[in-house]
Amino acid sequence: MNAFHFPWLLASITVAMGGAAWVRQQQDTARAYIAAVISAIVVLLLVCAAEVDFRLVEQLGVAVAVDPLSRWLGWPILALDALNSLLLPYAALLSLLLLVAAPRVKMKQFSLARTLVSEAIVLATLSCREPSLIAALLIGGILPTWLELRSRINFGSGQGLRVFSAYMAVCIASLVLGGAFAETASMGMGMWCVATAILIRQGLVPFHSWVPELFEAATLGTALAFVAPMVSAYALIRMVVPVAPDWFLHGFGVLAMFTALYSAGMALVQRDARRLFCYLLMSHSALVCVGLGSRNAIALTGGLCLWLSSGLALTGFGLTIWWLEARRGRLSLTGLHGGYEHTPQLAVCFLLTGLGSVGFPGTLGFVGAELMVDGSVQAYPVIGLGVVFAAALNGIAVVQAYFTLFTGRHHVSMLNLRMRVRERIAILVLAALLLIGGLFPQSLIISRYTAATTIFNDEAMHAD
Amino acid sequence: MFDLTDWICLLVAGAPTGLFLWLGLCSLLDRVPSERAMATAVRVALGCGSVALLTLAVVMWSGSMPRLTLALGHWLSLPHYDFTVKLLFDWLAMPFILLAYMLCITVGAFALRYMHREPGYNRFFVMYAMFMVGVMITALAGTIEVLFAGWELVGLSSALLVSFFHERAAPVYNGLRIWSVYRASDAALLVAAVLLHHWSGTGDFDVLLGRQPWPHGHTPLTDVHATIVGLLFLVAAAGKSGLVPFSGWLPRAMEGPTPSSAVFYGALSIHLGAFLLLRAGPIVQRSPWVAAAVMLLGLLTAVHAMLTGRAQTDIKSALAYASLTQVGIIVVEIGLGLRWVALVHLIGHVCVRTLQFLRAPSLLHDRHQLENALGTHLHDHLDSPRHARVSPVNAWLYRLALERGYLDACLTLYVVEPLLNVFRCCDRLERYWTTFLSGRRQHRARDIAPTEIDTV
Repeated sequence: MNAFHFPWLLASITVAMGGAAWVRQQQDTARAYIAAVISAIVVLLLVCAAEVDFRLVEQLGVAVAVDPLSRWLGWPILALDALNSLLLPYAALLSLLLLVAAPRVKMKQFSLARTLVSEAIVLATLSCREPSLIAALLIGGILPTWLELRSRINFGSGQGLRVFSAYMAVCIASLVLGGAFAETASMGMGMWCVATAILIRQGLVPFHSWVPELFEAATLGTALAFVAPMVSAYALIRMVVPVAPDWFLHGFGVLAMFTALYSAGMALVQRDARRLFCYLLMSHSALVCVGLGSRNAIALTGGLCLWLSSGLALTGFGLTIWWLEARRGRLSLTGLHGGYEHTPQLAVCFLLTGLGSVGFPGTLGFVGAELMVDGSVQAYPVIGLGVVFAAALNGIAVVQAYFTLFTGRHHVSMLNLRMRVRERIAILVLAALLLIGGLFPQSLIISRYTAATTIFNDEAMHAD
Repeated sequence: MFDLTDWICLLVAGAPTGLFLWLGLCSLLDRVPSERAMATAVRVALGCGSVALLTLAVVMWSGSMPRLTLALGHWLSLPHYDFTVKLLFDWLAMPFILLAYMLCITVGAFALRYMHREPGYNRFFVMYAMFMVGVMITALAGTIEVLFAGWELVGLSSALLVSFFHERAAPVYNGLRIWSVYRASDAALLVAAVLLHHWSGTGDFDVLLGRQPWPHGHTPLTDVHATIVGLLFLVAAAGKSGLVPFSGWLPRAMEGPTPSSAVFYGALSIHLGAFLLLRAGPIVQRSPWVAAAVMLLGLLTAVHAMLTGRAQTDIKSALAYASLTQVGIIVVEIGLGLRWVALVHLIGHVCVRTLQFLRAPSLLHDRHQLENALGTHLHDHLDSPRHARVSPVNAWLYRLALERGYLDACLTLYVVEPLLNVFRCCDRLERYWTTFLSGRRQHRARDIAPTEIDTV
């Protein structure tokens, strides 16, 4: 282990929390927005600096770089290694894009301060290697979302709040029990409890019913900030994978594959755009778990790559739905809406991000999907075939949503519905990342492969 | 280092790719170029590409080079995994690419005027360029992964072109239908690609199909592996070429603008399945089961399309089924191992059919011109008393043909609907569960309203 040249990680978390306090102090929405965006940009710069610093330290042959301040405390809790080095900029970028591109008409419902708090918790979780602390942060991460649901109870989020609370209560109880069992040296029971919590938090079937309810009840930005970074996948790698036996991970992979197929099928029959998006997201996060549950380095690399690609693509997809909602209200899929001629760029971005998520050639998703399928077939052929069919169904769902939301009739509008500047910036950044990553994926894949080998090395160390 | 021939090869594939990237980027940035600028870009790209292609053909012919390989390096390289980008110019790819360029130039010139002042002028040419790139990549692919990438691009551009007039509902539903069929066939191709990678450790055609010039070649796969992969290729080809039981998408594809119908569904797109089977010839011939299945499917398709085409009432659908009849015969030829015959048949058929499709919009005009010249009305032979009485068998066949063999209805009733019903049932159960969990009694109205897509 070696230390960073500066406490980047602690600084980024502190800036995010401080930014939330700063935003809270602002009376004016416009000023609060500027404060939130500035804070998020600083956080992103700090984590990017941490990434660069880690690369410098890595060249010296160091696998884990520790935050100096946390080291001085005597407990090196914040650290970067091959696994989480790219995840931090990814999570910070998602939060920044959500804040930059939040529609103005939704500002009253979408809490900027809570989003920054969420970001701080996510960053802390992703930079933490200590299982007990990860569990505590997972529990803490639930709070901002729960608070938003509670604040919207007068706007019809009652059902969502109750379902969310019920599932999260079980999740928290499982984490606490898991910690307690691990302390009493009953490692097997502890692993089962933590795995149950992760299954719930990741939204794998049959523990997933809170996800559609959350997407219906909360603002789309909050729901995305809670689900898209997939922190539970990180918890899975840090807390379960090193101690889990092969049969357990295989079973986990089968369950994840079933979830991917089930959610892809469910996306086809949804009558509300948010629910469709939610099932697409579930299907992709399950595909990531298929890779993580695999004992094959290629599949694991594919899963880690898919984590980034589907997160970026689906954030873009979710943002376009959010913007469309800001223009037209809640989007039903029971009829064709039309309107391509008013929002051509939005339609193009919707299709691009949607196809990017399902692994269309030329996008980053293609790389992840290709590696995932190939690695899964090597490890368990049936799982590989399931991944292919899930991707096929997701592709149909994306294009069906595109046709339903943008085509089919002539839409009359007296207002200018074209994309605003900040919306363009957000979506073009995502599109550029997806396309450039898709055309030149080698360096990213090497980094993910190194992360995969690190995970295997950790497993071997635990086994010893 | 690249030599001059490599640069020429690169230009052949790069010209349409550059056109697509430029037009696509303009659309993404919402900076639509003028019609004049787009027309110039199309002419320059196709001009450069075709000159390069002709030069390459002369070089290959004069140097007696049966095949050229352009390795563009490792797109992705990991221990135990390698994704090489490689283009293959051989006696199969070259005629097909020459044909594709010729048709794209013809149709491009036609479309520049035909689509003049259409609201979706830019969109059409983006899709047109994407289609060209897809066809180039598919035809020139030197590895199965590259072929798959091109295959997907062709599928997406085709579905979006069918729904080109998207302010109406029918083209949109047809586009979605075609996309669904393509996704199913793409899944089969992807599984085949992955299995090939798994069994032989590479997706390189040099290894999988041998280094001998086309049509000779030998596959290292075992009989069982060749049978499985061959059947998956057949499913992929059936989806893309509209073979039985996927033929239902073909008349639906005619909703698109005439230039796209001509070049894509009448000419290139519908023959891509046959091209895939030609490319995978050594695998098809390795397993007698696959060869027999290819022949049988081709024969069934030819008979079905011949019958159905006779009952069509619009010119584009009649031409589409006429195309399909020929494609069926080409597939039979491939199954019989007559690969040169199949290639020549394919090229001849594409040329004739494109001409017919491009003339289709002026059919009525031609007829009126003929009648004016003759000074009398032309009579349809169906009006004659000989056809007034129809035997029961003929009536049954006519009904069968009119309903297009009930293929679409069967797929909907026995495959799509049961699958969707399972998920609808799961959706209802989930809603009951969350309602129960939250103690609520009523469902929201939007949860239970039927969708327009469901109704259709």
